[in-house]
Amino acid sequence: MKQHYQNRIELLQGTLDLLILQTLQWGAQHGYGISQAIRSRSGDALQVDTGSLYPALHRLEHQKWIKADWKTSGNNQRVRVYQLTAAGKKQLLSERSRWQQISEAIAGILSPAKENET
Amino acid sequence: MRFLWWPGRRSELNEEITAHLRMATQERIVRGENPKHAAQSARREFGNAALIHETTHDQWGWRWLETLLQDVRYGLRTLHKWPGFTTVAVLTLALGIGANTALFSIVNGVLLKPLPYPHPERLVTLHESKPNFPTGSISYPNFRDWEKNNHTFSAMAIARGSDFGLTGRGDAERVRAEFISSNFFDILGVKPILGRNFAPGEDEIGAAAPIALISEGFWKEKLGGAPNVLGQALILDGKSYTIVGVIPAKFDLTTQSFIPKQIYVPFGQWGSPWLTNRFAGLAIHGIGRLKPGVTLEQARADMTSVTNALAAAYPADDKNIGATILPIKDDMLANIPFYLEVLLGAVGFVLLIACVNVANLLLARSTGRTREFAIRSALGAGHGRLIRQLLTESVLLAIFGGGLGLLAAQWGTRGALALLPSELPRAAEVGLDLHVLLFTMGISVLAGILFGLAPAFKIVRNDLQKRLKEGGRGSSASRQATQTTFVLVEMAMTLVLLVGAGLMVRSLAALGNVDPGFRPDHVLTFGITLPAPMTHASPDAIRAALRQTEDVMKSVSGVQSVSLSFGAFPMSGDDEQFFWHAGQPKPTSESDMNWALSYVVDPDYLRVMGVPLKSGRFFTIQDNEHAPLVAVVDDVFARKYFGSSSPVGQRIRTMQSGNSEVEIIGVVGHVNQWGLDSDSSNSLRAEIYMPYMQLPGDSFPVAAAGTGAAIRYQGADAPLFSAIRRALQRANSDNIVYDAETMGGIISDSLAVRRFTMQILGIFAAFALLLSTIGIYGVLSYVVGQRSNEIGIRMALGAQRSDILQMILGHGARMAAAGIAVGLLAALGLTRLMSGILFGIGATDPLTFVGVSVLLILVALAACYIPARRAMRVDPMVALRYE
Repeated sequence: MKQHYQNRIELLQGTLDLLILQTLQWGAQHGYGISQAIRSRSGDALQVDTGSLYPALHRLEHQKWIKADWKTSGNNQRVRVYQLTAAGKKQLLSERSRWQQISEAIAGILSPAKENET
Repeated sequence: MRFLWWPGRRSELNEEITAHLRMATQERIVRGENPKHAAQSARREFGNAALIHETTHDQWGWRWLETLLQDVRYGLRTLHKWPGFTTVAVLTLALGIGANTALFSIVNGVLLKPLPYPHPERLVTLHESKPNFPTGSISYPNFRDWEKNNHTFSAMAIARGSDFGLTGRGDAERVRAEFISSNFFDILGVKPILGRNFAPGEDEIGAAAPIALISEGFWKEKLGGAPNVLGQALILDGKSYTIVGVIPAKFDLTTQSFIPKQIYVPFGQWGSPWLTNRFAGLAIHGIGRLKPGVTLEQARADMTSVTNALAAAYPADDKNIGATILPIKDDMLANIPFYLEVLLGAVGFVLLIACVNVANLLLARSTGRTREFAIRSALGAGHGRLIRQLLTESVLLAIFGGGLGLLAAQWGTRGALALLPSELPRAAEVGLDLHVLLFTMGISVLAGILFGLAPAFKIVRNDLQKRLKEGGRGSSASRQATQTTFVLVEMAMTLVLLVGAGLMVRSLAALGNVDPGFRPDHVLTFGITLPAPMTHASPDAIRAALRQTEDVMKSVSGVQSVSLSFGAFPMSGDDEQFFWHAGQPKPTSESDMNWALSYVVDPDYLRVMGVPLKSGRFFTIQDNEHAPLVAVVDDVFARKYFGSSSPVGQRIRTMQSGNSEVEIIGVVGHVNQWGLDSDSSNSLRAEIYMPYMQLPGDSFPVAAAGTGAAIRYQGADAPLFSAIRRALQRANSDNIVYDAETMGGIISDSLAVRRFTMQILGIFAAFALLLSTIGIYGVLSYVVGQRSNEIGIRMALGAQRSDILQMILGHGARMAAAGIAVGLLAALGLTRLMSGILFGIGATDPLTFVGVSVLLILVALAACYIPARRAMRVDPMVALRYE
């Protein structure tokens, strides 16, 4: 079971990291907020699995790309809020350009096929 | 899973997850869901909170530690569940690791620890190399020239031991002293705890007022530790010395030619008439400190050119005289490192055997645990995880064994060192330190992995699922093969150790059978110092005093015969005489003369020492100062210098006799001066005896300051020595009697390191024998258990009990024989390495090899007999019913 979970994290890791970093670019946010933000900004297309989200958050924190603070919410309950660090901003840039390259490459592969069809 | 780690962080993660769920629920309620339903679906959407918790905290990077702790906890539980197994395994390992730790702490203290001096790597000892003596003494004039002419030493110093009669502070007493150069302690970096070292120039001959340094021990014991000791006077041999400093007690330099003393005085205070003789061998040895960056080779080359120049300038004295430079540690330890290396190799074997035994125990237990591992594997534990678990268990065992072994080693090291009559240099530095602890921990973990690996792989390699179906019986054939191999290996290693110990026993036995050339039993030797004023008396007065001393000793009851001795006793110290045939011209250089070991003794000497007279006669009371000079030689001397013709009646001249001729009047048997083991390999063996009373007149003041005496006695030595001391002090209360040693004790001490090696090697071999006996017993018991069905069938088919006994004993004997065969081959190769410390036998001594093999096979058969008898008693009906 555990093995299974870890594999899925592995699979999503690259993209999920990018999405988390990008989400935090717009401001500090707690885990629930991040998952909601990704969902709404993707028009409900992307559902972030909490089983992947929290390990990813803690890993990014361990890598010092994001940092966490406890904030007290209106009804006096603590929430853990994540925030991008300077290293995280740099990481986001490089992840974005990597994503750019990957999507261009995939698009390049996909588009000639389209031409042939027509 | 429970956390020992970061409980705070763990609860924070819980809080984070709770907050997430709360917010998700809230939102659902806002969207209009029923609150109860909302909480449920939020939780469902979230997934397995516990698992998420788990995978998240894995990211913290402490996972391995938690797994380890988990394994350790589980391992401890398992070991606790098998107390019998755990006890045997831990004790076995404690034996192996303890023996290694004990020996390593000796090696560490003696060989590895740096010497307690600044830059010890630049410290060397200095000697003259001369014919017959690679590390001979340095003459004072030569030393001064070495000091002046060398370019590679930042400083050199000389030292020479000498005892003084201390008077004016209670009873007259003999004190150990050393004449030293001013810079002796500066070279070693030793600073007085009180006062100062000697200043440059204070060691010159004829330097100002006599001064002295005293040891902390002497200061506290003799002078009561008085703080105002500086400036006080000490009367040594009748001369007043002013104390200028106190040398710390921790100074304990011990080389072949130096031991710490009670008192140190400047070299120039030595009034020896021979001091300025460039050729004299006066037991002066040196130390030196190399300039920074100078290698030993450079220093040796430098000193070669210095001594070559001296040989050219003073051919009569310095022809063939060189300099020997030894790193100070080499000089201190001599051949001890070699003995320790042999023991270190042997003790490694003991640990290997212990490991093999524990591996065998683990294998035997693995049968019982097959089910456990099959179930754990079925529940998802990977092979790596299982191996890690097993290794954790075995390392735990080894660490417990190591801990217990460390305690045993503390006790064992002290016991081992007690076997030595303080022969081992630096023994005081042997003890528990960080290096020893690290070593013990290191070998414990290594041993744990070593003996854990085989069983661990064994368990994992087999198809665990299949075993589960079999009901946990496991495949016994391959296990048995592994166990048989193990037994074979440990038998082989035991044989090697037994052969090593056996060779040492045989060497010592051979040494015990060596005829030393004299009868060492019931001989007591000691020193006598006449009252200080006697050192200024005339030779005749001193002769008279010595004769009277002899008469006093003869009158003590229990004393059978007495001889004074000037110079060396057999096997302790040495003294040389140079001579040439009377008819020939005196050789131009002293190193061109003939050399002989010299003994200056009284007429009763042969009776005291039990040296046999071969031809001619020995001295009589008439061979005195008024009679013509005579000498007696030993048979080695006779053969070497006179061949087949008899030396009796021949004449020689000696350095001592000057122009007078000396007539050889008799031949006696050779005495092993250089010890039982190395006398025959020494180049200087010819021996010459001269009558005490015919010593040159200028020797008598020296004799008054300290002469040797030897007596043959009846009864016990200690009370006799007290009686002699009382009698001599009754004659004159300023007589000092000191340094009593029995000849037997001297011989025994000369074999101390060798005997120590034999004893330790014997203990190791006994450990090995014990362990491998347990090993073969265990395996055979297992075999009998496995084969009980077969045995039952055989018996049902008519096999006799004696057939069964034979079958099982045969099985054991085959294992033992195979191990012995391998061991013999290994021993043939390995014992060659220790041939340097053997005596009288070859490294492949057939008697040892055969004897030890027979011993081992007998012990193995005895161990096999118990399981074989059990096999004999198998009830065929019971055995078959289980089938």
